[in-house]
Amino acid sequence: MKYTVNTYKLIQKTQLAKGIFDFCIYCPEIAETAVCGQFINVKAEGFFLRRPISICGIDRRNGTLRIVFEVRGKGTLALSKLNTGDMMDITGPLGGGHFTMLSPDKKAVIVGGGIGNPPLVPLALHYGKNATVISGFRNESAVILQSDFAKNGADVILCTDDGSAGRKGFVTDALAERLDAGECDIIYACGPMVMLERIAKAAKLHGIPCEISLEERMGCGVGGCLVCACRISRNGSEEYLHVCKDGPVFNANEVIFND
Amino acid sequence: MTDRLAVDFCGVRFKNPVIPASGTFGYGREFEEFYPLSTLGGISVKGTTGTKRTGNLPPRIAETPSGCLNSVGLQNPGIDHFIAEELPYLKTKELAVIANIAGSTADEYEEIARKLDSTDVDMIEVNISCPNVKAGGAAFGVSCQGAAEITKIVRSATKKPVMMKLSPNVTDIAEIARACESEGADAVSLINTLLGMRIDIRTRRPVLHNNTGGLSGPAVFPVAVRMVWQVANAVKIPVCGMGGISTWEDAVEMMMAGARIVQVGAAIFADPMAPVKIIDGLSEYCQANDINISEISGTVRPW
Repeated sequence: MKYTVNTYKLIQKTQLAKGIFDFCIYCPEIAETAVCGQFINVKAEGFFLRRPISICGIDRRNGTLRIVFEVRGKGTLALSKLNTGDMMDITGPLGGGHFTMLSPDKKAVIVGGGIGNPPLVPLALHYGKNATVISGFRNESAVILQSDFAKNGADVILCTDDGSAGRKGFVTDALAERLDAGECDIIYACGPMVMLERIAKAAKLHGIPCEISLEERMGCGVGGCLVCACRISRNGSEEYLHVCKDGPVFNANEVIFND
Repeated sequence: MTDRLAVDFCGVRFKNPVIPASGTFGYGREFEEFYPLSTLGGISVKGTTGTKRTGNLPPRIAETPSGCLNSVGLQNPGIDHFIAEELPYLKTKELAVIANIAGSTADEYEEIARKLDSTDVDMIEVNISCPNVKAGGAAFGVSCQGAAEITKIVRSATKKPVMMKLSPNVTDIAEIARACESEGADAVSLINTLLGMRIDIRTRRPVLHNNTGGLSGPAVFPVAVRMVWQVANAVKIPVCGMGGISTWEDAVEMMMAGARIVQVGAAIFADPMAPVKIIDGLSEYCQANDINISEISGTVRPW
C-alpha cells in the first residue's frame, strides 16, 4: 500500500513568522516512503475537506516529517492552534510527480516565493554548495527558512518586495542575473503562478530543465475526484491533468499558464 | 458471517451493499493504494461519455459547511478507453462493476449503452442528473419526459440492468422515478448533487470557475433520506440510496428509508477509508442484531 491514513503526533511546533507555522510530526510510515516534492493531506477539526500541505523535511531515521504552512483561512487557522502532543489525522505521502534529484555535484538554482519556499528546503540540502537559493517574500516580517536553506552551504539570495530585508525586487530579477552569471543544470521553483510563469520562460530561454510545484484546491488528494485540474501539454496534446496525482511537481515546459 | 451483508440487486450479487459513488473514486485504481477493491460491494465508475471530455476550468471545488461543491464537468477518457483499459482491470477484482454513463444527446446515451452491452460490466447507471455540464446531463433528469426518453433509449440498447441516477433539483422526484420505471428501468439511484454556489467576498467572484456546482457531503444527507423514502414508496423497482452518507449509521438509516444498496461519495474526500469503515460497522450491526442487512430495507415505521 503506497498511501497511509492514520493519526500521528505533533511533536514540535514553532511559529516562524506572522501566520506561518513549523510542525514536526512523528509519522514513521509516511516518512519511510516520502520523497522530496510530495505532500500530505491533513484533516482540520471541524472542516470537511483535508488541507494539502507540502513536505518541507523528511527525517527517516527519526520517523518524522516537517511541514511549514501559512494560515490562509479557517481550516489552516484551526491547524495552527494544535499543540505539541496533539494527534493529527493525515493521509500521505501523496503526489505522483516529485522533484527529480540530480547528482549533488550538479548546479541547481532553487527559486521560492512566499509560502512556496518550504518544499524547496530538501533540494537546497541535497545540492549543498552547488545550490543557489533565491527566495522572495513580501517584506522582512515574512522571511522564513533562510538558515535551513544555507545549512549545507547553499548560496542563499534573499529578496523582498519592499527591500526591508535582502535585496529589493523580485526573485525573477535575481534569477536572470544568476543565469547570466554562471552555469546551471536545473531550476526548481514553487510560488505564485505569475512567478512560476516568468521562471518557466527564463528557463526555456536559457535551455535549462525546470521543475515547478503547483497548487490547486483539492478534494480526495489521490486522483479519484479530478477537481484539482491543471492544464498540461504532453505528447502533443493539451489536457487537464491533476495536481494531486500527476503533480504537484511538473516539468515547467508542459505547464500551460492562463492569460 | 460476511454473507449477512450480501444483497441481490437487479440480479447482481453485491457481497456487501457499499459502493463508492461515481465521480469520487475514479476507476478505482488510486484507492487500491489504501485497501483492496475487493473489500467493496461494488464500484460506480467515473461518469463516462461517448468521447473524451476535458471538464471545466478550475477551481472545481469549494468547501461548504459539512460538505463541498464540485464542478468537475464530467472529465473522462471516453467509453472506448473505459472498455479497453479500465474495465479489464476492474474485472480482475472481486466486486460488482457499475458503468456510470452520461451524454449530451439521447443518441450519445444509446451509443454508449450499446457498446457496454457486449462487455462484462454488471450494471449500467445512467447519469441524467449532472449539474455541471451545459448540454444533456441534468437537462434530461429534471422532467418526466426527458427521464423517460433516456430510459427508453438506453433500455432498448442493452440487456444489462439499467439504473437511472436521479437529480434532486426537481419539485417531485417520485414522479421522475415513476417515469423511469414505466420505461423499463431496473432500478433508480439517488440523489445526485444539489445545485449550489459560493462567492469569495473579497474578489466578488464565485469560488467555482463554473459559477455553480453540485453540493454533496453530510449537509445533504437529510434531503437524500427524504427523497429515497419518497421514491421507495412510489416505485416497485429497487432503490440505490446515496447523498451524504459518511458512517455506518447513515447507511442503515438510508436503507431503512428504502434503499437496498448505498453509495458513498464525498465522505471519501474527508476519509478515504470511509467505505471500509462503513462495511465493518454494518457487519457488526448485523451480527449484534442477528439479521441480514437486506432485511432492514424500507423498515422505517412512519408516524
